[in-house]
Amino acid sequence: MSDTFIFGMEVFLNGLMAGVLYALVALGFVLIYKASGIFNYAQGVMALFAAMTLVGIMEGRVPFSHLINAIFGTHIHHFGWHLPAVFGILFTVAVMAGFAWCVQKFIFRHLVGQEPIILFMATIGLAYFLEGFGDLMWGSDIKKLDVGLPQGINLLIDETTFGWFGYGFFIDNLDLVATVIAALLVISLIIFAQYTKQGRAMRAVADDHQAALSVGISLNFIWVMVWTLAGFVALVAGIMWGTKSGVQFSLSLIALKALPVLMLGGFTSIPGAIVGGLIIGVGEKMFEFLVGPLVGGATENWFAYVLALLFLVFRPQGLFGEKIIERV
Amino acid sequence: MKKLATLAVGAVMAASPVLADLVIPSLSYRTGPYAAGGIPFADGYEDYFTLLNERDGGIGGVPVRVIECETGYNTEKGVECYESTKGEGALVYQPLSTGITYQLIPKTTADDIPMHTMGYGRTSAANGDVFSHTFNYPGNYWNGASGAINYLLAENGGDLSGKKIALVYHNSAYGKEPIRTLEELSSKHGYELSLLPVDHPGQEQKSQWLQIRRDRPDFVLMWGWGVMNQVAIQEAANIRFPMENFIGIWWSGAEHDVLPAGDKSNGYKALAFHNVGRDFPVFDDINKYVVDAGKAAGAGDQVGNVLYNRGLYAAMLAAEAIKTAQGIHGVADITPGMMRDGMEALSITEEKMASLGMPNFGPSFDVSCENHGGEGLVGVAQWDAGSKTWSLISDFAATDGEVIGALVEADSSAYAAENNIASNCS
Repeated sequence: MSDTFIFGMEVFLNGLMAGVLYALVALGFVLIYKASGIFNYAQGVMALFAAMTLVGIMEGRVPFSHLINAIFGTHIHHFGWHLPAVFGILFTVAVMAGFAWCVQKFIFRHLVGQEPIILFMATIGLAYFLEGFGDLMWGSDIKKLDVGLPQGINLLIDETTFGWFGYGFFIDNLDLVATVIAALLVISLIIFAQYTKQGRAMRAVADDHQAALSVGISLNFIWVMVWTLAGFVALVAGIMWGTKSGVQFSLSLIALKALPVLMLGGFTSIPGAIVGGLIIGVGEKMFEFLVGPLVGGATENWFAYVLALLFLVFRPQGLFGEKIIERV
Repeated sequence: MKKLATLAVGAVMAASPVLADLVIPSLSYRTGPYAAGGIPFADGYEDYFTLLNERDGGIGGVPVRVIECETGYNTEKGVECYESTKGEGALVYQPLSTGITYQLIPKTTADDIPMHTMGYGRTSAANGDVFSHTFNYPGNYWNGASGAINYLLAENGGDLSGKKIALVYHNSAYGKEPIRTLEELSSKHGYELSLLPVDHPGQEQKSQWLQIRRDRPDFVLMWGWGVMNQVAIQEAANIRFPMENFIGIWWSGAEHDVLPAGDKSNGYKALAFHNVGRDFPVFDDINKYVVDAGKAAGAGDQVGNVLYNRGLYAAMLAAEAIKTAQGIHGVADITPGMMRDGMEALSITEEKMASLGMPNFGPSFDVSCENHGGEGLVGVAQWDAGSKTWSLISDFAATDGEVIGALVEADSSAYAAENNIASNCS
């Protein structure tokens, strides 16, 4: 086998892994869009906020300490504890649930019946609010996130592929963990949606708000639940991306990576987010590997959107999205 | 009656002429994707002027007033900050952004206000004959590129022929700055240069580091900023690239760039045009007069960090230029035009830095009408993950003046021709 083919296989596998990470971000968008028709522009910032909160809780940071110190002249920064990751994650999920309740109570409850574009604009406002609120709460320094996930080259894959091809493939342990977690997350979400009372209620709301209301389903409860689920997915994405780069503002920009995934996979399909993520991940990595050197490189962001655009032209609802037919 | 008297005194005080002060705008970014780098610089910059006010009563007896304006590292906001503060009598601007610098070069020249772009901005502004109001001492990007190659030459017995060097760079005007210099030096020293651009913001770099793993370059240079730095260092650690062969520009060499990778970042190197750490007498005064007195610009938790030191150093250079201007013109309350004269006549010596409590904090250099870039001396710092400290591991050494001089001349001449700029020095 030629070197190019072997290297191409390594790039392909890494593209799949990158795609899983993109899909993790896209999942949060899908959940909220499916249940409420809201394109949540704040999903990336929610991943940042969740990861900041996790680090803050684990390290025992005092929230709003800079503000408190500036007003009262105190010098408090830490509670003095260091919590294990599992407790940190549980508390953070509780915070994200509280956030979901606030979003519903103070924003979307007042916007019921408004045009989708108004709801979208509200999420833009929410994103900017949450950016500033997160900075004020936890500070804007880059925070190291360590929840015990392995990182670095997987030696087993390296040695095995070296035995086969005379060249060891690089696969990051963190990406493997992300793949397993994404698979578990999708399976759990599908089971939840199909076999639990709340999950069925969520699907009913997604299908028809009015009909769901008429059979006694509480829209408020479902939307809080969906935003909580999206907050949890954001936390998982924040952990994966934050472990790679530290928790910092740029985490909020990972939403840009999810957009082509959504365009390709469809805004309403959980499996679509996964398949879309994989196609985008592999597509952009292979394009960079094969064509990048000929055009000066840095093609990945560009190619992801071009690929999504091509799919849009031929299948506007995405691969797995629901075809919307409006009769006049 | 008493009330009336109080009101009268208040009115008189309000109507009194405002005391003269030296206005220094600080175009900072404490929010947004680059806040982690902007905060320590802004803190160091303001804290030094606070120290001068508290300890010395200002500069030449005139207090310094720092006006902070948040740019968010956004060029449009940076220009707005300039327009909204220049009327206050601003003496010098430090935009802390190459994008803002490019916008302000014609504006500051027209308004007769000097601008200092230390280690960033338009590199060919070192030619003071063309760029009358822009200064980029003590070093620029091309000095950085040459400094890295000189360091590698020294480490490899003066011979890089046949070696492979990869440049991982932010795919922007900033990131592309060193390419021309590195290509020229490649012809001169015989190394093979490969270019690996990373798209903004740089959160995903798997393709670039897989290529590095395949190509096995001997050395990797990095021109990164923001999240790109942390991800690159983590990816280098993941593919087990030897950290001692990985050198970043000075904007890729702060504590927050290496800390997320933990122990794996041990040995990573970064270029430097000023010293690191807090083992300098000036920090005793910073603590006494600024931090402990509750007058620090930020939370006081950045003191001694690389980028805090950079802000402190920039403020020191501005303060010394003010002193020089006061000496030249014989007035304490100087104008921006006088400040420009002071910057053009600035001389930083080891004796001067020692007297300021900053011995060997930066290289010695002189500025002149023709040379706004200083001598362009560059050092190398290395990260020790165990003690979580940077250490300067080389002296501030000369860079390739022949190659850089020719590039500066070519670029600045083209700018002068495009903009019909007459010689500033003849």
